[in-house]
Amino acid sequence: MAGISRDDVLHVARLARLELTDDEVTKFQGQLSAILEAVSTVSELDLSDVPPTAHPLEIENAWAEDVPRPSLSHDEAFANAPDREENLFRVPPA
Amino acid sequence: MSAIDTLRLTAEEAKKLLEAREVSGDELFAAYLAAIGERDPELHAYLYVCAGAESGGDGIPIAIKDVIGTKGVPTTAGSKMLESYVPVYDATVIERCKAHGLRMLGKTNTDEFAMGSSTENSAYGPTHNPWDPTRVPGGSGGGSAAAVAGGLAPWALGSDTGGSIKQPAALCGNVGLRPTYGTVSRYGVVAFASSLDQVGPVAKTVRDCAYLYSIISGRDANDSTTVDVPQVELPTAQDLRGVRVGVPKELNDAEGIEPGVRDAVRKAVELAESLGAEVGECSLPRSVEYGLACYYLIAPAEASSNLARYDGVRYGLRDQGADFREMVMRTRDAGFGDEPKRRIMLGTYALSSGYYDANYGKAQRVRTLIKREHDAAFESFDVLVSPTSPTVAFELGAKVDNPLAMYLNDLLTIPSCMAGLPGLSIPCGLSEGLPVGLQLIGPQFAENALFRTAHALEGALAFDVVPERYRS
Repeated sequence: MAGISRDDVLHVARLARLELTDDEVTKFQGQLSAILEAVSTVSELDLSDVPPTAHPLEIENAWAEDVPRPSLSHDEAFANAPDREENLFRVPPA
Repeated sequence: MSAIDTLRLTAEEAKKLLEAREVSGDELFAAYLAAIGERDPELHAYLYVCAGAESGGDGIPIAIKDVIGTKGVPTTAGSKMLESYVPVYDATVIERCKAHGLRMLGKTNTDEFAMGSSTENSAYGPTHNPWDPTRVPGGSGGGSAAAVAGGLAPWALGSDTGGSIKQPAALCGNVGLRPTYGTVSRYGVVAFASSLDQVGPVAKTVRDCAYLYSIISGRDANDSTTVDVPQVELPTAQDLRGVRVGVPKELNDAEGIEPGVRDAVRKAVELAESLGAEVGECSLPRSVEYGLACYYLIAPAEASSNLARYDGVRYGLRDQGADFREMVMRTRDAGFGDEPKRRIMLGTYALSSGYYDANYGKAQRVRTLIKREHDAAFESFDVLVSPTSPTVAFELGAKVDNPLAMYLNDLLTIPSCMAGLPGLSIPCGLSEGLPVGLQLIGPQFAENALFRTAHALEGALAFDVVPERYRS
């Protein structure tokens, strides 16, 4: 998987909703290729009989009582909003 | 009141002075503000210094890494994305500090979204190492470590994903604990990689570190990954009789470890033996060989998901765009610096269709191997030791253009993070006039064993935590 193309960089950037300049695409293509080459060592290992670890602790289901409690007011929840219309976040048309 | 030497005063000593009413909370706070005024223009440890009531409390002052949300006080995570963000609630760790009367001095510098090993990725400029301001303080928590080493705070909170508490502590000559995963709440903390992120203390002494850990740890209903934590014991023993210390070969012989670092660590291990510890060699072959690769698949994958929330809608930066999609893409281009962009793309790639099994899926299996290797080592040993960082503090700018070289700084801290284990770094000597960190790793929830071992070593090492250039 080592080495990714310019199109790969653009594809991944689109998936991640990042608008990149041409210079950024060039720079990241080189850097990401080097990093991917370094991390590709994991593919050497045969791990078909090793289960995956998603989480370092063996906890199952943390339950909480479903009890109403005070939460943020509308004004608090919107305090950092870039744009607000009544009790909605306002954004450009989709 | 006698003059307060903020370079030497420990939190424990500050507590005694306050309890004996030899100083007031205001006098103590003012002494640190004066030190910040004097030395922070050079160090740039702080992004924000608290004034008046926003500091809260009247007890021991504390500095807070700027990824930890503080009600009414700006929290930028070192990013332009959150330049104007002011949280409307406190992180659980802040609530706990406030409940103990701790008084916030300010918010400390960090690599953007805690991604980095030098604090040079901060959108607000780098922090300088108090031992030598031409060098980095480590990262991502370089601000907290530099604040403690520079006498700008008696202690501080940091956060650690792959080494962001331990490595800066090593480079700045202080004591840093990355606690066991699940012992400290992340509620209200800016998320980077959720299966790895932990909040922890940075201090001048092991006892201060243990005390601050006792304040912030414990189950939190707002973070379902937290669990009940064993009672913290402030260490007192001066010897290491009955303690089995393992020296993992690969963590101590890894390529890139500087000779001066190796020597200082070897002397600390000999000292442990002279204090009564049983010292033996052990092995973590695949943890070290594949740990870094495993981390740089898993952490960016989780980061790409966590950082999807920065879309210009609910909080943080918004750039202009003709439609919604354009607004989001421009916001993310303008708000994120290079390192978050690299990691978001790396993570998106690792998780993308067709590559998932070979990348993320494989890394999760490697994580199981790393956990098993550590479990096996802890059948014979109570504590494992190694250098914290392969090198002492390096020159500012030396690695900024080579992300892969920067990532290698965390070679020795990453494996235990992947296994969810606690790790403590203490200063164990100097190399080229700069501090060397000794890393102590324990089984999950064995913080007390780390405190005990590190406290005895700290006494015997007698390392002077005040940077040489500040000594009068």
